[in-house]
Amino acid sequence: MQRRVVITGMGWVTPLGHDIEAVWQKMLAGACGVAPTTLFDATTFPTSFSAEVKNFRLSDFLGADSEKHREASRNSQFALAACALAWKNAGLDGGPTFDPSRVGVYLGGGEGPMDFQPFAAAALAGCRDSRGQIVSLDTVRWAEVGLRMLHAVNELEQDPNMAGGHIAVQFNAEGPNINTLTACAASTQAIGEAMRLIQYGDADVMISGGTHSMIHPFGVTGFNRLTALSTRNDTCLTASRPFDRTRDGFVLGEGSGILILEELEHAQRRGARVLAEIVGFGSTADAFRITDIHEEGRGATAAMRAALRSAGMTPDQIDYISAHGTGTEENDKIETLAIRQVFGDRAKSVAISSIKSMIGHLIAAAGGVELITCVLAIRDGVVHPTINYETPDPECDLDYVPNTARRADVRYVLKNSFGFGGQNACLVLRRWDGA
Amino acid sequence: MTGKRRVVITGLGVAAPIGIGIEAFWEGLLQRRCGIKRIESFDPSGFPCQVGGELPPFQLGDFIPKGYRKSAKVMARDIMIAVVCAYHAVRDAGLNTKCIIERGEAAGQPNVDSTRFGANIGAGLICADLNELAGALATAADENGKFDFRRWGAEGMNNLTPLWLLKFLPNMLACHVTIVHDAQAPSNTITCGEASSHLAIGEAFRTIARGDADVCICGGAESKINPMAVARPLLCGRLNTQSNDAPDKACRPFGKDRLGTAPAEGGGLVILEALDHARARKARVYAEVTGFGASSNTSSWSRPDPKGRAIAVALHKSLYDAGLKADDIDLASPLGAGIAEHDAAELAGWNDVFGERLGRTYALATRGAVGTNGAGSGAIDLAAAVMAVHRSTVPASINTADLDLSCRFRFVQGDPRDARLRTAVSLGYALAGGQCAALVLRKFEE
Repeated sequence: MQRRVVITGMGWVTPLGHDIEAVWQKMLAGACGVAPTTLFDATTFPTSFSAEVKNFRLSDFLGADSEKHREASRNSQFALAACALAWKNAGLDGGPTFDPSRVGVYLGGGEGPMDFQPFAAAALAGCRDSRGQIVSLDTVRWAEVGLRMLHAVNELEQDPNMAGGHIAVQFNAEGPNINTLTACAASTQAIGEAMRLIQYGDADVMISGGTHSMIHPFGVTGFNRLTALSTRNDTCLTASRPFDRTRDGFVLGEGSGILILEELEHAQRRGARVLAEIVGFGSTADAFRITDIHEEGRGATAAMRAALRSAGMTPDQIDYISAHGTGTEENDKIETLAIRQVFGDRAKSVAISSIKSMIGHLIAAAGGVELITCVLAIRDGVVHPTINYETPDPECDLDYVPNTARRADVRYVLKNSFGFGGQNACLVLRRWDGA
Repeated sequence: MTGKRRVVITGLGVAAPIGIGIEAFWEGLLQRRCGIKRIESFDPSGFPCQVGGELPPFQLGDFIPKGYRKSAKVMARDIMIAVVCAYHAVRDAGLNTKCIIERGEAAGQPNVDSTRFGANIGAGLICADLNELAGALATAADENGKFDFRRWGAEGMNNLTPLWLLKFLPNMLACHVTIVHDAQAPSNTITCGEASSHLAIGEAFRTIARGDADVCICGGAESKINPMAVARPLLCGRLNTQSNDAPDKACRPFGKDRLGTAPAEGGGLVILEALDHARARKARVYAEVTGFGASSNTSSWSRPDPKGRAIAVALHKSLYDAGLKADDIDLASPLGAGIAEHDAAELAGWNDVFGERLGRTYALATRGAVGTNGAGSGAIDLAAAVMAVHRSTVPASINTADLDLSCRFRFVQGDPRDARLRTAVSLGYALAGGQCAALVLRKFEE
C-alpha cells in the first residue's frame, strides 16, 4: 500500500499581501497587484512595472528570530516568512516535536538578486581604460575593484539553495533538503518530488513550494531582451491578460508560496487538519527547442497525462485547471491546445483560470502560490477569475472564468506549470472527504 | 514499497581537468595526474588564488549533431560541459540516441524510448560572461563613469543579444541535453551546490525504481573558472591563496596543512537504467545503485556543522536504504574539499558512522586532482567510485599523504591497489546551504 500524501498547512507572501484569507478574498474579487516598479529605477526600461511584494518585514513573521536571517536575500526572506505562516497553519508552531531527520525541505527557489552596485562598478572598472574608452575586460582591474566591493555574504546568499538552508535551520528540518530550478515549473516540480519522497518513505513531513524575485535589473533586462514581458507601461493594471487576444507578454511578480506536505497517517496521528490530498504528479521535457515551446504542446500534454495517470484518474474527473497561463502569445495558445488534446470534448466544460492575471508571474515561485489557490478553491467551492479578459482569441477558446469568480463543486484540480526551455510539471489535488 | 525495480549504471560520461571521457579520466587517476594548474583562460594575476582545474581543450561540434551547432551561441560554459558529458555518457552506455544517429555514428532507430528516457541534472548559479555583460554595462555609464539605470534601460541593454538570459538559466543544462538526445521523460534541475550531483542521481534512482522512467541521464556540471566564480569563494575564504607556485599541491583533501580548495570546471553524467531494460538490450553493467539518503545541516546555512551531524544522517540513511551496515562497505568516497572547517566537519560525520572501521575501508578522494567545480563535483567522485568497484582497483588519492590526525581514511598512495570491492558509498554536500546526500553502489551480481 503506497503511502498517501496530504497538505496540512500553507502560507504565502504575494503582491496582494501575506494573509491567506485576506489575499484569497482579493483574488476572488479580481484585485490586481501590479504597479510601477520601485525596487530599482526602471523608468526607461521597455517594461517599467511589475507585481512587487509590498510592506514586507521579516520580523512580522519571525519576531526576534528575524535578526538571525537579516542578511538573507529577498528570496530567502520571502520563503522564511511563507514557511512561518505555513508551519503555524499546520498547527506545528509550538506543537508536537518530530524526529527532525524525518522532516525535509524541497523548494523551487530562484537565484537571489545580484548585488548590483558593486557588480556594475567592477564591470565598469574592468571594461574602461584610463581614458574612459570601452575595452575588452581586463580581469586584473576587475579583480581589484570586485574583490574590494563585492561582499561575501551577499554573494553567498545568491545561491538558489540558500532559502532551503535558512528554512532547515529555522524549522529544524534535518531530512532531505533539495532545491530545483526548472525555471517557471520549479515549485510545482518541487511539490511533486516532495510528494514522491514522502510516498517512498524518505520523509514524513516536507516543507515545499517556492520562492523567487526576478524584479531586479538583470531579470527585467533578460526578459525584456527576450520580448517576453508586457510593455503596456501606460496601462499596467490591465497588462497581464492571459488568454486574451490582445495579450503582449507576462508581468513579472515576486513572492513565495510554501505548503506543508505530510504522510496521511502521520497527519492523522497528530490530529492535523487535512486541507487536500496530492494524488498525481507528472514531469516531462519538451526536448524540442530552447527558444520555443513544442508547436503541438507535446511536453505539456505528456505532463498532464502523466499526472493523471499517476493519480489513476481520467480527464473527465477534473473539475478545475489552474493554468500556467502566463499571458504570452505562445504559452496561452499552446497550453490551450494541450488541454484540448488531453481533455478532448470535455475541454470546453472545464473551468480554467490564471492567477498570473492578478499577481504576475512569480517564475520559480509561481507553482507554490498557485497550488495554494487550488486548495482554497477546493475548500470554498469557488474558483478565482482570470482578470483583464476582454477580447476572445479564436486560438484560446476554452472557459477561462473571465473576470468574475465562480462557485463550483471542486473535487479534483489539475495544476499546470511549464518552464522556459521545456521542463514541465503538473500536479493533481483531491478534495479531502475524510478518507 | 513493493515492486521496486533494480537500477544499474550502464554509462559514465565525465569531463574533468585530468581527462574528458571515462577512460581518459580513469587513466589520469591511475597515473596520479593533477589537473590543477595556473589558470589560462583569463588573466588571474589580480586574484590571490591564481590556480584552478581547467578542462583539456575540446570542440563542442564533436558532441552535438551538425544541425545543433548554432545553439552553441546560447550556451554558457557550464552548459557546454554538460553537453560534452552527455555525449560521452550515452556513447559509453551504447545508447543510440537522436544525437548519435544524427551524427551518423549509429544507423536505424534510437534504442531507447524517448518517452521513457529522463534527465536529472545538477547545475550551479551560472556566472554571466563578464566580457559580454561588462562591455554592455560600460555603454550605460554616465559622465562620471558611474552606471546609470536610465541609460541602461533606454539603450544599454540593447547591446546584449536577445537570447542573453537563456545562457544563464540553470535548467538550460538539462534542456540542451534533453533536446540533443531526445529525453522526454521526467526532467529535473537540482541546484544544491556540491550536493547537486548526488541529489540528482538519487532522485533519478527513485524515478526508475518506481517505474516512471526506464533510463535517466543524471549528474551535474559547473564551471568555477571565470572571474566572478573565482571571486565568490575567495570572498568566503574557501580557496587556497598560498599555492600559486605549486598548483599541483593546491588542494589537499583532509590534509594536515590544507589551505583551501582549488576552483575547477567539469562535470559528470551517468546513465542509470532499470536492470530489466539494460538486460534486454544486453548493456554492460558497471554497478548497481542500491541506496540513497539525504539530509540537511540544521546548525547553519553558511558554515559546516563541526559535529558533522547531517553528513552522518545522510550516510546512515543511504546505508539503511541499501540494507547495509558500515561494516559492509569496502570503499568510501568523500567530498574532501581541502578547506579546514569543511573537512573537519566531514570527518566528524564519517567517523560518527564508520568509527574505527574507516581505517580498514579503502577511500578515494579526487579533489586534489580535479579541484572543486560545484554541481559537477559529486558525479566525478561517483564515477571514480564506480570505476574502482567495476575494475577492482583503487587509484591513489593525490595530496593525501600527510593527513589530519582525526582522519582515518585509508587512501592509496603511489601505484593503484588491486582490491575486491563489493560496495561503495559516496558523499556530497553543499559547501553552503546545508544540503547533504549519499549514494550506495554495489558490484553488479545477477
